[in-house]
Amino acid sequence: MRIAPVLTVLLLTLPVLAGLAGMVVPAFGYFPAIGAEHTSLAAFRALLDWPGFGPALRLSATTGIAATLLSLMVTVLILSAWSGTRAFHWIERALSPLLSVPHAAAAFGIAFLIAPSGWIARALSPWLTGWDRPPDLLIVQDPWGIAMVLGLVAKEVPFLLLMALAALPQCQPNRSLTLAQAMGYGRMAAWLKLILPRLYPLIRLPVYAVLAYSMSVVDVALILGPNTPPPLAVQVVRWMGAPDLTLRLTASAGAVVQVGLVMAGLGLWRLAEGLVLGWCARWAADGRRLAQDRLARLAALALAGLSAGAIFAGIAGLALWSVAGPWRFPNALPDLLTPGHWQRHGAGLIEPLTETVLIAAAATAIALVLVVFCLEAEQRFNLSKGRGAMWLLYLPLLIPQVAFLHGLQMLALGIGADMGRSAVIAAHLVFVLPYVMLSLDDPYNGWDRRQATVAAALGAGPSRVFWRLRLPMLLAPILTAAAVGFAVSVGQYLPTLLIGAGRVQTLTTEAVALSAGGDRRVIGIYALAQTGVVILGFAAAIGLPRLVWANRRGLRGAA
Amino acid sequence: MTAGLILDTLTIHLGNRPLVSLSARIAPGAVLTVMGPSGIGKSTILAAITGTLAPGFRCRGRIVLNGRDLAGLPPQDRHVGILFQDHLLFPHLSVGGNLSFGLPPGTPDRKAAIAQALAEIGMDGFAGRDPATLSGGQKARVALMRMLLSEPQALLLDEPFSGLDADLRGQMRDMVFERARARNLPVVLVTHDAEDARAAGGEVMSLG
Repeated sequence: MRIAPVLTVLLLTLPVLAGLAGMVVPAFGYFPAIGAEHTSLAAFRALLDWPGFGPALRLSATTGIAATLLSLMVTVLILSAWSGTRAFHWIERALSPLLSVPHAAAAFGIAFLIAPSGWIARALSPWLTGWDRPPDLLIVQDPWGIAMVLGLVAKEVPFLLLMALAALPQCQPNRSLTLAQAMGYGRMAAWLKLILPRLYPLIRLPVYAVLAYSMSVVDVALILGPNTPPPLAVQVVRWMGAPDLTLRLTASAGAVVQVGLVMAGLGLWRLAEGLVLGWCARWAADGRRLAQDRLARLAALALAGLSAGAIFAGIAGLALWSVAGPWRFPNALPDLLTPGHWQRHGAGLIEPLTETVLIAAAATAIALVLVVFCLEAEQRFNLSKGRGAMWLLYLPLLIPQVAFLHGLQMLALGIGADMGRSAVIAAHLVFVLPYVMLSLDDPYNGWDRRQATVAAALGAGPSRVFWRLRLPMLLAPILTAAAVGFAVSVGQYLPTLLIGAGRVQTLTTEAVALSAGGDRRVIGIYALAQTGVVILGFAAAIGLPRLVWANRRGLRGAA
Repeated sequence: MTAGLILDTLTIHLGNRPLVSLSARIAPGAVLTVMGPSGIGKSTILAAITGTLAPGFRCRGRIVLNGRDLAGLPPQDRHVGILFQDHLLFPHLSVGGNLSFGLPPGTPDRKAAIAQALAEIGMDGFAGRDPATLSGGQKARVALMRMLLSEPQALLLDEPFSGLDADLRGQMRDMVFERARARNLPVVLVTHDAEDARAAGGEVMSLG
């Protein structure tokens, strides 16, 4: 048990550091595996010579920052307008299903909605638009990355909301809000002036994770983003898959630039934070009440509905396409429904499905054991996680995936290691672990220690307390953490693709690979299967404790 | 060997600041009542005796139970029972399971022992029940019996009667003190209720 924290720290740092090293060295021309033995800047020169370099860089920066800014703004608007009200209860209810939709599936769903031949265009045609064939518009994969930004925002808003909700009680919002409202402040103004400055520092790391993710995302970019040129991270992946091995060195150089870009983005964000917070402090003290906020609150609710609706409607669209017979353009619904596509592709689904579940189950199980032992060690030896531990936990989420995974792949290539399923599981573990820890930390430490005191007074030692009391009583939060970890693993695209060297195929890699073909029916099947696996995981996490503790009323509120 | 519980200049520090200090000798079957306003460190004294002080607290002085110095012993080896105001029945175990948790492992015929314990507190046939469905008084009795089954050598009470309404409070007090006397257990009662102190009938020590 004492070794768990050490193992966890190694697991969070070693792959990242090794990956970064494996990226930097080839970038400067040293990669004996393909005969490159002299350090040079040739790879960087090749990168700069690529005509798409400037635009790709700009695209990564603009889409990443725009997606993060919008996500944060929408999150803050929703919270300021509605948190603590009855309507908010519904928003909270929608969070778990929204979070459980994998990024790729959400992106496909949104693509099917907004495409020229998508549901929205069909719903408005021909009566409003006059279109009787899909218009020749580049909506999905538009050159500015607007569709990609929207797709990211729809997925990141629920994440930021969840993180904010976890931190909110520490800000004691109710008393402050009541006080401010008694002084005549509108609800939103009171929240923005009093609660936000206390909340933001608590959700700073999740915001940084969103920024780092959005600036270097690959799967969503492949589905919704522009491709000539694509964002830098996508191009790095393309070079890595290229048959010409010297292009791998260019990929390394690209990955180095990608890391620099994300670091610069984070630095810029940090600077902007200072400016905005200073401005906020002046704004908070200017005494304006902004009591009439009805319209703004309705607008916030509309935004919440829009971003949740985009994902739910997207999933509905995927489901419909997967059973659609002939479906001509302006028709809002297919002519007939057929199970034929599922019958035809069902057999092919089994293999990636099994692989997905195997990898996710293994990564989750390992993460769960490590996390529980870490938390138990923390309790027994009176350790506590400092600020450093939180940064450590976020490390794999702040360094662009594409960079250190690429480095790990280069290392494996360099030493001729065979990267199979177990390597993929290990790679998933790096991303699953932080989420399992974040999810289980509060419930584990929130467990009433007097229970342990009573048990010790009854003669029970720490092990008996752990196995007989703590674990069974925390069954619900432990399973929830497991479902979160499972979902994170199922959604992983790059670790499977890069570490599996293309030989490990999960639902996610298959679905993203299908995006180029554009067969909506098959894409619908794979994206739906991907979502379904995750939802089953969450259903089990909710259902199992209810079943096991069906006769224990005292545990039912705890889930 | 001296029977009973001896607190010999027991002093509790938070960091380097002394928080509370007391000396007492509680004979078997006797009760020491510690009174004082909340936040004075009454519960901390009990935590020092059970060996579950929160990190940051340190205790000096000696705690001797029936001749055994408790210093350095882990909580589970001290044989000191404790009751809280919240009865803290383990929510995932049945009433019988809770009692069984307290019963020492070598006990022959655990089922009969549990049935007999339930009969003793007037709760025949409650073994299979969910603790969450019990009334406040029933929970208090199960918590008491669970602790007694573990055969403690001393009894600590952390305002255990505060949550009960007036009628029940009297009954529970009688039941607890009667059993402690019958088993010759030294008792430390922490309370801010003067009525509790009167009912305990022993020495009263006021803090603060």
